[in-house]
Order: sequence, then structure tokens, then C-alpha cells
Amino acid sequence: MYATQLASPATKAMISRILTSALFAGAAAGLITALLQLVFVQPVLLHAELYESGALVHFGAEAVSAHPDLPGMFAEPIRDGLSIIFTMLTYTGYALVMVALMSVAQGQGHEINARTGLLWGLAGFVAFHFAPGLSLAPEVPGVAAAEVGARQIWWTATVAAAGIAMWLIAYGGNIVSYVVAALLLMAPHLIGAPEPSTFSGPVPTEIGALFAARAFGVGMAAWALLGTFAGYFWQSEGARAEATA
Amino acid sequence: MTTKTLKAAAAGSSILPAIFAVVLGLGIITVTGHVQASGLHDAAHDVRHATGFPCH
Repeated sequence: MYATQLASPATKAMISRILTSALFAGAAAGLITALLQLVFVQPVLLHAELYESGALVHFGAEAVSAHPDLPGMFAEPIRDGLSIIFTMLTYTGYALVMVALMSVAQGQGHEINARTGLLWGLAGFVAFHFAPGLSLAPEVPGVAAAEVGARQIWWTATVAAAGIAMWLIAYGGNIVSYVVAALLLMAPHLIGAPEPSTFSGPVPTEIGALFAARAFGVGMAAWALLGTFAGYFWQSEGARAEATA
Repeated sequence: MTTKTLKAAAAGSSILPAIFAVVLGLGIITVTGHVQASGLHDAAHDVRHATGFPCH
């Protein structure tokens, strides 16, 4: 019975609808995000790398200009090209998770379209970007940091907890859900993210702060687009399937 | 097949595609954001920093 269930027309149609919606939404949002990153985030990263490499020295013998000459967009085509590809892949991964959860929510009677998709996108930004970023801020290259494995475990647990919290806030519908959601959002930060034993980053704090702010800003725009596109494609794929049924 | 079994099958089949998509999505995110193989890390370096993944 299980095998027939897997190959049933309904299951095939649902898989096709999820994959199509997610691929379109992820690729579109990913491409726009990649370009936003190249304009707003990459220059700050390249500036930080000048300090990381020692080309510039903070608190050195002479004062250092805050406006060094930086390579322009696509000055390193392979590096920037790979960034575009990996951004599109990453956001397609996010889109697959989000559209899958949208299909479950619609199965429970909740409306999914471009407008509600925007809220989904903002919830995704909180879960995958802002919640972990609250204690593991987006890092410029060269910052001191704890061992990467420990940070990845903490990052993953925080994303999972925040994701469940978003679902409880959206669909819990009672005070217990909201309290549990608040606890899930706070717990990882009360436990604390893995931190370095000493600070040794060579990059000026001004650049570090600008980098984190730009990463969050572009991330929020990216997720708002992703959610809106996912909701739109999910709805239009559904309408198309009904029209041909 | 009783109605109850059919309903269970229908409900079961509507969640399978979602589970498949979540696993596929998380797999892609793990490869692009977390795997530390040096070639992959270097290729995804700037994106990991910009997207808030722990990088190295």
C-alpha cells in the first residue's frame, strides 16, 4: 500500500507543484539577492579582507584612509559568479523548505498567496537569518570565532527552535503556544552561542558593524521576496493544476 | 479498504511530498552553507559570510 501511495497521481502532482514553485521562487529571489549582495555587502567584505591580509593595519604607525580603492563589481568574475550560483542554490534550498511547509499549512485550511507569502518570508528571515544572527552576528572575514563545528550545531538548533516558534505564533492560536514560542526564541540566546576565548580580529569595528547591518538588511529583503514569490508561484501552480484537471 | 484507511492514506500521501521537499531543501542548505570541504568552502565563502552562516 505504501508503494502505491508513493506513486499515486495526487502525490506526484503535489511533488511537482512544490518543486516547481520552489525552484522558480528560489532562483528569482536568489538572483536578485546575489546582485544586492554584490552591491551592498561585498565591498564591505573586501574592505575587511584588506585588514585580514595585513594590507591595511588598524592602529598602525600612520592613520589609514577609510576609503581605500576596492575592486569593482565583477572585477573578480569567477569569485562573483560563484557567489551568484551559491546564493541562488541557498535560496532555492530555503524555498523548498518554505513551500513544503506552505503545502502543509494549506492542507490545514490556511490561505497561501503572494500576500500571505510575504509574512512567510519574514518568518523565514527570523528563523534562518535573524534568530541565529542575534548571538552569532554575520561575521566579516578575520574575526575571532569559536570552533566552527560548535557554532554550526548552535546555529542549527537555533534555526530549528525559531522555526517551530514561528509556526506556533502563526497557527498555535492559544496563549500556551505563544509562551512556548517565546521560550523557544529566547532559549538559544540564554544558553549562549559558542564564543572565542579572546578577541583578536584585526578589522575595525566600524567595518564589522556595517557588514552585519548590511547582511541583515539584504537578508530581510531577500526573504521578503522569497516568500512573496513562493506564495505567488504556489497559488498560480495550483490554479494551473485545477484548470487542467 | 475501509474509509478510515483510505482517509489515512490520503492524509499520508499529502505529507510525503512535503517531507521530501524539506529533506531536499535542508540538504542543499547544508551543502552550500555548512560543508567545510575546502573547495566548497572557498567557492561559497562570500555567500556564507553575507548570509550569516558560521564560515570557518
